Amino acid sequence: MAIKERMSGNEAVAYAIRQVNPDVMPAFPITPSTEIPQMVSTYIANGEMDTEFIPVESEHSSMSATIGAQAAGARSLTATSSAGLALMWEELLLAASNRMPCVLTLVNRTLSGPININCDHSDGMGARDTGWIQIYAENNQEAYDNFIQAYPIAENEKVHLPVMVCQDGFITSHAVENIELLEDEPVREFVGEYEPEEYLLNPGKPIAVGPYSVSNYVMEAKKNQEIALEQSKEVILEVARKFAAISGREYGLFEEYKTEDADYIMLIMGSAAGTAKQAVDDMRENGKKVGVLKLRVFRPFPAEEIAQALKNCKAVAILDRCESYNGNGGPLGSEVTAGLFRAKVMIETVNYIYGLAGRDFTVGDAVDVFEELEDMIVNGKKVQQYQYIRLRS
Amino acid sequence: MKNGIEIRWHGRGGQGAKTAALLLADVAFKTGQNVQGFPEYGPERMGAPITAYNRISTDPIRVHSNIYHPDYVAVVDETLLGTVDVTAGLKKTGAIIVNTSKSREEIAQHLDGYPGKVYTVDARKISVSALGKNFPNSPMLAAVVAVSKIMPRDTFIAEMAASYQHKFAKKPEVIEGNMKALEMAFDEMERSMEQDKMERSA
Repeated sequence: MAIKERMSGNEAVAYAIRQVNPDVMPAFPITPSTEIPQMVSTYIANGEMDTEFIPVESEHSSMSATIGAQAAGARSLTATSSAGLALMWEELLLAASNRMPCVLTLVNRTLSGPININCDHSDGMGARDTGWIQIYAENNQEAYDNFIQAYPIAENEKVHLPVMVCQDGFITSHAVENIELLEDEPVREFVGEYEPEEYLLNPGKPIAVGPYSVSNYVMEAKKNQEIALEQSKEVILEVARKFAAISGREYGLFEEYKTEDADYIMLIMGSAAGTAKQAVDDMRENGKKVGVLKLRVFRPFPAEEIAQALKNCKAVAILDRCESYNGNGGPLGSEVTAGLFRAKVMIETVNYIYGLAGRDFTVGDAVDVFEELEDMIVNGKKVQQYQYIRLRS
Repeated sequence: MKNGIEIRWHGRGGQGAKTAALLLADVAFKTGQNVQGFPEYGPERMGAPITAYNRISTDPIRVHSNIYHPDYVAVVDETLLGTVDVTAGLKKTGAIIVNTSKSREEIAQHLDGYPGKVYTVDARKISVSALGKNFPNSPMLAAVVAVSKIMPRDTFIAEMAASYQHKFAKKPEVIEGNMKALEMAFDEMERSMEQDKMERSA
C-alpha cells in the first residue's frame, strides 16, 4: 500500500535512508543538505533506525570515513552540497577507483564565487569525471525513488561503483509537495541485506584496499572501472524495472515527454524539467510540436540513446544549469553535441545556460527557448549557439 | 496552472511567513489537494524581507518556479509596503491581505492603485490577545483561508487542531491560544467579506 504524504525533498531522502537503514553515515552539515543528516540523527535518537552516525569535522573526513566504513564491509553513505562536495574531490576519486558501492545524497548548490546558497548543478558537474554514477531528480518523489534504487545499482557485481543521488537545492529540497511513499518492508526487501564479496574485516580472506599500483597495472585498473561504468547502464535499467514492480513508477536513463512527433525538443535535467513540461502542454494547445527530454542518468552518459531519441526532431535546445568555463558551452551542451556527431545525427542545437545560483526558470522562459528554435528553423534566424537565459544586460 | 490557486507571502525573516506557507500546504494536502509550499531565500538573517509561495491544485503540480501572477498575496509585516512591490503581478480578480491595525482604506493608498480586493487583519492584536505573544502567522493563515475559500471554515479548524496537537505535542499549553487566534482572524475576515457584500448590494 502506497502511503500518500506531503514532505520536502530533504525529508523524503531522510525517510528513504531510514527505510534502507544503512550501516554507517558520517556527515558534516552544509546548506541546503544539512537537514538530511539532522533528520537521520533524529531517527537514530528515536530508535527508529540503527545506523551508526559519525559526526566529523569536514567533508574531506565524511567521505574518507564513508570509504573506510564501506571498505570494512559496511553499507555506507553521506550527504553534502556545493563546497562540501568540492572538499571531497580527492576522496570521490578514491571511492570510485577502489570500487566502493557507497552512496552520496547531493543537494545541488552553486559553487563559489560569488558565494551563494542557491541551486545550480556546478557542484555535481564539477564531480562529473570522478567515476561516480550520477542520477538527478525532478522532484521529491524522484529523489526518494532514486535513493531507494541507489544501493541495488551500486552493489551489483557488474558495477561496484558509488552512486550520487542528486536533487535541486531549495527548489525541491525545501519545497513541500505531495509524494507517495512505500512501506518499510517492501523497501527493505527491495534493497536487501548487504553481502560484500570482499571486505577488510574478513579474516578468512585478507585483502588490501588502495595500495600503490605500478604503471604496469594502472591502465588496466582504469579500464576495468570504465567497463563497470558502461555496464551500470543495463543494471540501472534492470533495477528500475524491479522498482516499477513494487512502486508502479517507471524510470529510464531519461524521460521522453511528448517527443515522439516533436519538431523542437528541450533537453534538461532536474526540477526545471517539470516547468518545461508545463510549457510543452501550453504550446501544444496552440498546435506547436514540442517536447522535453529529461535526463535522469548523467553518469554513465547515455550519448547514443540520446542521439537516437533526438534524431527525428529539427532542433534541440540543450539546457545547462552550470557554466563550465571551457569557452565552448556547458557540460550537457558539449557531451550531447559530441554524442549527436558520433551517431551522425546532424540536427541543429543551441546550448543555453540557465538558473545559475537559483536564478528562476519559468514556463515563459521555456516557451521563449522553443520559440527561438522555431524562429531559427522556420525563418533562418541567426541564433547564438551558446547563450545565457535571463541574463541582465 | 489551470485548476488551482497561487499565493505569495511577504514577511521578514523570523516572523513565520515560511511556516505559514508550509502549514497551508499541510492543511490543503489533508483535504486531498495537490500542494506546493516553498520559501525563496535571500540573505538568511532575522528581519530581512523573505518571500514564500503556495500552489494548491486538484491537478498534479509540476512547475518549479516562483509565482509571478498570484491569486492572493499575504503581507505579514506592513513595514514591507514601502520597500517591496507586494502587488506585483497580483491578479485583479484576487485579493491582498495585510497584517495591520490600519483600515482597509488607509492601506489601499499604499498599494499602487491595486484595483482588486484589499483586506486587513490585525494579526498582532489577535495574537497578543489569544496567545499573549506576537506570532502573526496563525491569524494570517486563517485570514488567507477565509479570503481564498480554499476550504470550508469547519474543515480548516478541524485540520489545524490536529496539526497543532502534533506540532505542539511538547508544548500543549499553546494549542488553545493558537486555535483561538485562528477563530478570531476568521471572524474578522468574515465580517470584512460580509461588509463587502452589503456594499455591493447597496
